[in-house]
Amino acid sequence: MSAPVLNYSLLAPILIILGGALLGVLVEAFISKALRATLQLGIALGSVVLSFAWLWKVHNESSISAAVKSVAMDPAGIYIQGIILILAFIAILLIADQDNFTAQASALPGSEEESVAIAEGKQQTEVFPLTLFAIAGMMLFPIATDLITLFVALEVLSLPLYLMAGLSRRRRLLSQEAALKYFLLGAFSSAIFLFGVAFLYGYSGSLNFNEIAASISASGNNSVFLYIGIIFISVGLLFKVGAVPFHSWTPDVYQGAPTPITGFMAACTKVAAFGATLRLFYVALDSVDGTWKPIITAIAMITMVIGSIAAMTQRDIKRALAYSSIAHAGFLLIGVVALSQAGLASSLFYFLAYGLATLGAFAVITIVRDSSGEVTDLNRWVGLGKKSPLIAAIFSIFLLSFGGIPLTAGFVGKFAIFSAAYQTGNMAIVVVAALASAIALFFYLRIVLMIWFAEPTNDSVTVVIPSFLTRTAIFVTVAATLIFGVIPAPLLDSAKNFAVFLR
Amino acid sequence: MTTSTHLVYLIALPLVSAAILLLLGRIADKWGHILATLVSASAFAIGVSEFFAMKSRHGDARAATQTIFSWISVGSFKVDAALLLDQLSISFVLLITGVGTLIHIYSIAYMSHDRDRRRFFAYLNLFIAAMLLLVLGNSYLNLYVGWEGVGLASYLLIGFWNQKPAYATAAKKAFVANRVGDVGLSLAIMIAFAQFGTVTFAGVKAGAPHASSAALTAIGAMLLLAAAGKSAQFPLQSWLGDAMAGPTPVSALIHAATMVTAGVYLITRSNFIFDASSTARLLVVIVGAITLLFGAIVGTAKDDIKKALAASTMSQIGYMILATGLGPVGYAFAIMHLLTHGFFKAGMFLGAGSVMHGMDDEVNMRKYGGLAKFMPITTITFGLGYLAIIGVPPFAGFYSKDKIIETAFNAGGTKGILLGGAALLGAAITAFYMTRVVVLTFAGSKRWDEKAHPHESPVLMWLPMAILAIGSVASGFLLASGSAMVNWLAPVVNASGVEGGKELMKPIVVSLLALGVVVVGVAFAVIKYRTVPSVAPEDVSIFTKAARKDLYQDSLNEALLMRPGQKLTSGLVYTDDTLVDGAVRSVGFTLATVSGWVRKLQNGYVRTYALVMLIGLLALIATIWMVTL
Repeated sequence: MSAPVLNYSLLAPILIILGGALLGVLVEAFISKALRATLQLGIALGSVVLSFAWLWKVHNESSISAAVKSVAMDPAGIYIQGIILILAFIAILLIADQDNFTAQASALPGSEEESVAIAEGKQQTEVFPLTLFAIAGMMLFPIATDLITLFVALEVLSLPLYLMAGLSRRRRLLSQEAALKYFLLGAFSSAIFLFGVAFLYGYSGSLNFNEIAASISASGNNSVFLYIGIIFISVGLLFKVGAVPFHSWTPDVYQGAPTPITGFMAACTKVAAFGATLRLFYVALDSVDGTWKPIITAIAMITMVIGSIAAMTQRDIKRALAYSSIAHAGFLLIGVVALSQAGLASSLFYFLAYGLATLGAFAVITIVRDSSGEVTDLNRWVGLGKKSPLIAAIFSIFLLSFGGIPLTAGFVGKFAIFSAAYQTGNMAIVVVAALASAIALFFYLRIVLMIWFAEPTNDSVTVVIPSFLTRTAIFVTVAATLIFGVIPAPLLDSAKNFAVFLR
Repeated sequence: MTTSTHLVYLIALPLVSAAILLLLGRIADKWGHILATLVSASAFAIGVSEFFAMKSRHGDARAATQTIFSWISVGSFKVDAALLLDQLSISFVLLITGVGTLIHIYSIAYMSHDRDRRRFFAYLNLFIAAMLLLVLGNSYLNLYVGWEGVGLASYLLIGFWNQKPAYATAAKKAFVANRVGDVGLSLAIMIAFAQFGTVTFAGVKAGAPHASSAALTAIGAMLLLAAAGKSAQFPLQSWLGDAMAGPTPVSALIHAATMVTAGVYLITRSNFIFDASSTARLLVVIVGAITLLFGAIVGTAKDDIKKALAASTMSQIGYMILATGLGPVGYAFAIMHLLTHGFFKAGMFLGAGSVMHGMDDEVNMRKYGGLAKFMPITTITFGLGYLAIIGVPPFAGFYSKDKIIETAFNAGGTKGILLGGAALLGAAITAFYMTRVVVLTFAGSKRWDEKAHPHESPVLMWLPMAILAIGSVASGFLLASGSAMVNWLAPVVNASGVEGGKELMKPIVVSLLALGVVVVGVAFAVIKYRTVPSVAPEDVSIFTKAARKDLYQDSLNEALLMRPGQKLTSGLVYTDDTLVDGAVRSVGFTLATVSGWVRKLQNGYVRTYALVMLIGLLALIATIWMVTL
């Protein structure tokens, strides 16, 4: 048996990130405290930039045998990886503000050890290598073409996130509770996912997407193993994207996790998980679409509606945005159900539009504070427009983009994905999506209304002057949200050109 | 068709000047009026040079076009921002810029005490630009932009002294009445587009012969509605009297000489529509005939000198509208009367302004009397305009009005006799009320307060009046001799197809008849107003009362339109508050309730979450089972 041939050039973007992560572990162990934070930040940003540059270099190449048959570096895969890297770069800018992270994660909340660590000014920076590991998993997830690689990628991206969710400096208990919940439920869903893998293997005798597709068309699709396998694997993926009824972890985790990590999860994890979902359904299961389409359609509808409705009565901004991200998972599932090139292309555009606005919104949340840190109670955001008009205006733009108001990227994304579904004749989902958008708009506008048209109260929040990195993140995201809203054509065209899954 | 490159300057110059004056603000106070006047004069100069250039060309080459930019391009629908200068538009360009410049000069003196004189001149320039666009646009859509522009300028100028609520209300009234007409114009454009797929004059003209008569009648009726709004014709005439709230130069320029004649321009420009629809033509002559009598009757009872002149304007435009409804030969006479009217009516308005200037802004003619002695120049220029409007030969009005009466009689049958009779009766009443104005103002004994010190106006004011008076004297003869106007406009209004028509009576008979009724009207007024009480008598006939009340048009509008409109509005508000808002509120309430349930499910226990996931998984299996069964 000869050694497998690997195409290192095409795999380099992932390998660069992994290398950066390993380097970060070494830095954490051997470099003195004073230099660590800066060095870690440099390594993290450097790896992402280098990885993106390499990806740019190879973006016209493609291969389905870059790593035997386990991954497909095809146009859509490269595009999704690019989006993940861009979003991750912005997320790292936010993570760089160490004030959000606990000094020593291993210390028990409220313990003497913790207060000593804070007093000594000890600051662990393991969050950077963890982030890089997660990014590597996210980049592998959407290009995996066999079920084992898919599962490995899922775990590589999930495990660091479980830890990162527990790193919050303030409200430590809430943060640790979130991390534990995320871990338990993640383990539960991973088990279900693996169970599904086993069923599909039992049905087809293969783990490879193409071979599964081949055996479906060869043997007909009337098999309980196939159906159970599809359902179980879907549940594993739907858990990651936060679709109803597998969404319960989302509000708790989004609220408990440090805000930069919430932004990172909401943007990058969702893009990676949807990339994998799209590939699974478009490549492996497209010939049994009659079986899974009704189910995913129903899930999409429920997700959009429940997400939008539940958001209405939230009093915490992070929980509200968590439900908003659930609703957006529903909108993105429309692209899966469309099962067409237009559906894929519009999903690619939506990834970037949604991811940028999400990161921007969470970035703003990190700087709206009182004396004891971030304030996420919406009632205390009233009158923000009077106190900090610029930040309030930027936050409003993100909300309007979430709501799909024209001249923002969110509108173009929604329009593209709705029309893709419309072209496939799936009227029901378009109607439900439009209604859900209307409901969602209510609560986005409610926040805008609170910010602008209510008088500030005494315990209202203030906006701290953001660090240079956070400021960069906010301005880049708001500029992109507006630019892609006003001039979407170049991005839409490129998404269309890259919307190809090789099989 | 000649291609020109400098037509756009006609519009651009005053537009830019207006923008400069408005944007610079008080900095431009010192020289704003001079810039505005110079710009208007240079527009006139361009107009004159274009006129001679046009005269030097022949046949089809006389008309010139300029495409400024591609304005709208949606699929197969394309509209260029393009200008068309032909025989019809050059007539208007000369009138607008010529009279406009004179009125600019007059206003320098008239408005010299107003602290907002710069703003006034900015609006005047804005008006000139919009009006030129109106007459120069090569399509209905371009015309529409100018049409709305003059409406805006008119609104701004009527309400120029908007610190007085009554004046602001007058501006609003004019705006609303104009909107009704504007809806007509936009509907006409839409029908034209639906019918012909284009809105250029050339395109509609080419398509008109093949269009259904119903569509043509509809377009014609809508255009007539538009004309009625802008030109204060029945039933939309009520705003013109109130519009006299604006400064007098505005009344002279916008509400006498130019803007109010836009309706006549619109119908003349759309001659191909009206030529093809006898129903539309009939509507036009009915509106024209009613208005010419309506305005004349109202004019007999007004004591406010400007309102009397406004009623007269209404009536005179009624003549023009009547003429445009009389077919190809009528268009030329309508435009001819429009031009002569532009001279004598503007001149008389400026005269009225001069009187007011000398009389501390008093407008009640019963408080005048015997002013001839104190204002000789004003009296002479006003008198020349007076002779022109009542149609005494050889003054301008004689030529133009006489032709219209004659053409009306020649319309044939009962219709001809009715229209001719109405026009003749109108001439008699015109003679009566204009004589009344002159007698009350310039003749008789003085009835003014002790405080008033009537004096002649400065040269900047009387010079324009004098020039306009020359026009009042000579323009009719010049335009009519050798059928100059008819021949000039023939290529535009397609007069070649005019059938001779049988004459009801010889032209000379019509002229003598007209002169006869004029003499009767003048004599009646002179006798009646030998003595004038300085307070209007109350014990007057029911007809006088009606005329003083504008023949109850305002009351009619209130009863028929305003009150039902208010009822409808309050009804809609109520429906919106209870039904629509109620529905919205209950949807919101339902959703909030559901949202509360979802919140309860989110109880924070991992075991519950895992259970929800498990139930979801089982539900999916159940679903797939049912789907594939």
